[in-house]
Amino acid sequence: MAVEVRIPTILRSYTGGAKSVEGSGGTLAELLSDLDSRHGGLQERLVDDGGLRRFVNVYLNDEDVRFLGGLTTPVKDGDTVTVLPAVAGGRA
Amino acid sequence: MRYDSLLDSLGGTPLVGLPSLSPGSGVRLWAKLEERNPTGSVKDRPALFMVEQAEKEGRLQPGSVILEPTSGNTGIALAMIARLRGYRMICVMPENTSAERRQLLEMYGAQIISSPAAGGSNEAVRVARQLAAENPDWVMLYQYGNQANIQSHYETTGPELLADLPGITHFVAGLGTSGTIMGVGRYLREQVPGVQIVAAEPRYGDLVYGLRNMDEGFVPELYDESVLTSRISVSSPDALRRTRELLDAEGIFAGISSGCALHAALVVADRAVAAGQTAEIALVIADGGWKYLSTGAYGGTLEEAAARLEGQLWA
Repeated sequence: MAVEVRIPTILRSYTGGAKSVEGSGGTLAELLSDLDSRHGGLQERLVDDGGLRRFVNVYLNDEDVRFLGGLTTPVKDGDTVTVLPAVAGGRA
Repeated sequence: MRYDSLLDSLGGTPLVGLPSLSPGSGVRLWAKLEERNPTGSVKDRPALFMVEQAEKEGRLQPGSVILEPTSGNTGIALAMIARLRGYRMICVMPENTSAERRQLLEMYGAQIISSPAAGGSNEAVRVARQLAAENPDWVMLYQYGNQANIQSHYETTGPELLADLPGITHFVAGLGTSGTIMGVGRYLREQVPGVQIVAAEPRYGDLVYGLRNMDEGFVPELYDESVLTSRISVSSPDALRRTRELLDAEGIFAGISSGCALHAALVVADRAVAAGQTAEIALVIADGGWKYLSTGAYGGTLEEAAARLEGQLWA
């Protein structure tokens, strides 16, 4: 078991085209760091000095991590993490 | 009930219980039926507030041209108001929005300029900004950054909800411009200590996220993270399934973004049940299902409907 991480089209150049990859770690920050060891450069596209980049949304089991604890959000085996770019919503 | 005109009847929408979908008597769901507004969506509220604000400021005068990036409901609301008040209306909308919306806009006399499907509403916003720069006399009300959008919900939707449901514990609404959830959320937070404000965010297929790089992303100027307590991402299949449940269990024929809101409301409801808490959860039915019939959302199996919806802006 591990954490499944879904990657948006725009970042699949870092994952060899894979739609989802697996990683491990106790927190989101550790998970991203683990992914970066195999998919170099990915972490830098998602995180800057201030935390998650402005136009990056990360969801833990469908819930926005910004409301859970940001990069310190705990993750565990079996969780699903989804990365998406922020786009203008619908219904507008 | 009698009103002097159609626009005078705006707002004051019913809040109805969802007895079959509520998990129990201690955790109840309530739906605010915004499809009962003059053009059939919640967007009538911000559209009227934005127009009246621009009139007060003298930006809109008889014969003015209104330009707006919109995937439908705001455009339809603005087109109706523009027709009544003597303005011309131009909508910029992604080419992958439903046929019914285009027909409605044309009926109200609006002109439609299509933006590329890839990039979704992002592209519509970009194209509209470019047109506004080229035509300085056109008035872009810009729903994503216009405080009157928030104000419409702060002054009307929020107070209506609290009057009908004084024990409200959770408010759930879709996230588009974020006007509804910012306006209602701010009002309720001021009035109800501990109220939870939950955004339900549509998650589309890859095509809609067809950006060239992450720096092209878009966060509406109106969006203020501090108003929310959580934000839940809802997939197309989940939104579709819940849209059908609204119809099957409660008789409500709603648009797909309402299924999205119901899904998030049920996540919250399940948590309350698991925690042994009581909850009064209000969600917004943003529009009826009529404008989505051609998307195939209501026919065949869920899998077939989800496949047909891939690449479309359903909310």
